[in-house]
Amino acid sequence: MPRLVSHPDEVKIVTSRFGKGAAKIDTYIELGGYAAARKALEQGPDWIINEMKASGLRGRGGAGFPTGLKWSFVPKVSAKPKYVLVNGDESEPGTCKDHLIFLHDPHAVIEGTIIAGLAIGAKTGFIYLRGEYRYLIEIVERAVADAYAKGFLGKGIFGGDRETGTEFQVIVQTGAGAYEVGEESALMESLEGKRGVPRIKPPFPAVVGLYGGPTVINNAETIATVPHVLAMGGAAYAAVGSERNGGTRLFGLSGHIARPGVYELPMGYSLRKMIYEVGGGVRGGRALKAVVPGGSSTPVLLPEEIDIGMDFDQVGKAGSMLGSGGVVVIDDQTCMVEFALRTISFYQHESCGWCIPCREGTDWLKKSLTRFHAGFGTMKDIDNIQYLAENMMGRTFCPLGDAAAMPTLGFVKKFRREFEEHLNGKPCAFARHVELAVV
Amino acid sequence: MSVETMSIFSPELASRLDELVERYPMKRSALIPMLLYAQDEIGYLSDAVIEEVAQRIGITALDVRNVATYYSMLRFKPAGRFNVQVCTNISCMLRGAYEVFDHLQEKLGIGHKGVTADGTFSLEEVECIGACCWAPAMQVNYDFHDELTNEKVDAVLADCKAKAQEGVR
Repeated sequence: MPRLVSHPDEVKIVTSRFGKGAAKIDTYIELGGYAAARKALEQGPDWIINEMKASGLRGRGGAGFPTGLKWSFVPKVSAKPKYVLVNGDESEPGTCKDHLIFLHDPHAVIEGTIIAGLAIGAKTGFIYLRGEYRYLIEIVERAVADAYAKGFLGKGIFGGDRETGTEFQVIVQTGAGAYEVGEESALMESLEGKRGVPRIKPPFPAVVGLYGGPTVINNAETIATVPHVLAMGGAAYAAVGSERNGGTRLFGLSGHIARPGVYELPMGYSLRKMIYEVGGGVRGGRALKAVVPGGSSTPVLLPEEIDIGMDFDQVGKAGSMLGSGGVVVIDDQTCMVEFALRTISFYQHESCGWCIPCREGTDWLKKSLTRFHAGFGTMKDIDNIQYLAENMMGRTFCPLGDAAAMPTLGFVKKFRREFEEHLNGKPCAFARHVELAVV
Repeated sequence: MSVETMSIFSPELASRLDELVERYPMKRSALIPMLLYAQDEIGYLSDAVIEEVAQRIGITALDVRNVATYYSMLRFKPAGRFNVQVCTNISCMLRGAYEVFDHLQEKLGIGHKGVTADGTFSLEEVECIGACCWAPAMQVNYDFHDELTNEKVDAVLADCKAKAQEGVR
């Protein structure tokens, strides 16, 4: 069972029911659950979307798009059925927040899905979990069955008439191992029983999505936040966070941190405090070498760059991204070339192969970095790695190409000296595994 | 002849697959879950599994293969009864995942994607499994084991061996 952590600076909104047995529907209801969905049903779609807009909630998957605005793009009238699709394919290295949400509070995801459905006028919601999360899929399936039994799902939800009342169904779907499926259009392809390759946009999913119908796709954390936003009111939720960044965020502290774990902190919380106070500093009292602020695709930050607030805008201004909220702390004994190699190996493995710059680019970056780390690099390689990565940027259907190129550029630019130290047959100063196993 | 009477699956799985095919607005949405559940029972995607799943959905076996080869959890040859999957991605790597993987290679006498001679264990180095804050972590089949040490790994292996001897899965 994953360890739960706590810190006085936390503002527990999304995590407020963690560890309280809220996976059981009666406990969830006792703790105020499903009241927001009932209210949403009474108040109607315009009220929901206005509250969501007022909340300043931005997509927790990584892109940070305002949720209320996203919902408002869905056409009111559609010839084809509309859908809500919850992205629980959590696969970005450094990220394990949705894992805890599904484990401790699956009904929040279901309730959020219902609310999203009411907002856009959908009758069906899908909750897609990565295949590795089988035990969590079973928990969510159990929760869905309980919600049907209570009449919260199905025909005439929350005591409505079975004929004339509102209908909403939820289907839980398993993936089968694919990072790329976390990209929204690849996710729809996978749910349609196909290879998870991205679609070209436009049309955007809000217009042509799942089975050709208008579709809202939100990250599981975003959806689990929705009932809380309606319960406390959009303005009150917004007030918790920083400017244009409403509310809290589940930050996953991992790597060389003294107290790793998932902490719920207000948007805009200082990265320095997050590492040194909330996380207890670098493990073993070692010096900090670097931080990956939002999952492995976000460019690395140096110790002198951590005096920033953790929200989408401030981290963006610092030249990186808030991404998925996975903060990976790296100590001074780590080889950054090895770290860069392990990062790119992942993207090389996960590239779906659809777009050539990504398929070939990740492969060449992995080959170059493997050779480099083994001590057979040349000075020209460093420039070539940078050139290659720069030329992948913005040249693919989906962001996986960028996700591979951005961190690589960060490592090469910020740790160039360490790359140079690997030249001329010099063994890596921190070498543990010169030959990485083939993934 | 109907699929049901010809099924290579247990009656429980067959009825679960019947239900899955009817669940979605489009039949082939059931494809990936069907393949995964079939693999859980049969052990891998044999030709017969692919053939039956294709028939149930009403698509060609080639189409099924085309999709199945995309997903890393789906496999075309048997794994060990206990498939040990060690995450070595960044968060786990920083906390000793390669040491865990080396230890497992030594203990089991197999490498990446290897299967022990008795078929009890297989070993895999895998990408991020979503347990970064409890690293290093691994999965044995679908079970998570986190905050690993060599001692903890040994205990997990011993537990698997005991289960193998009792004949429970």
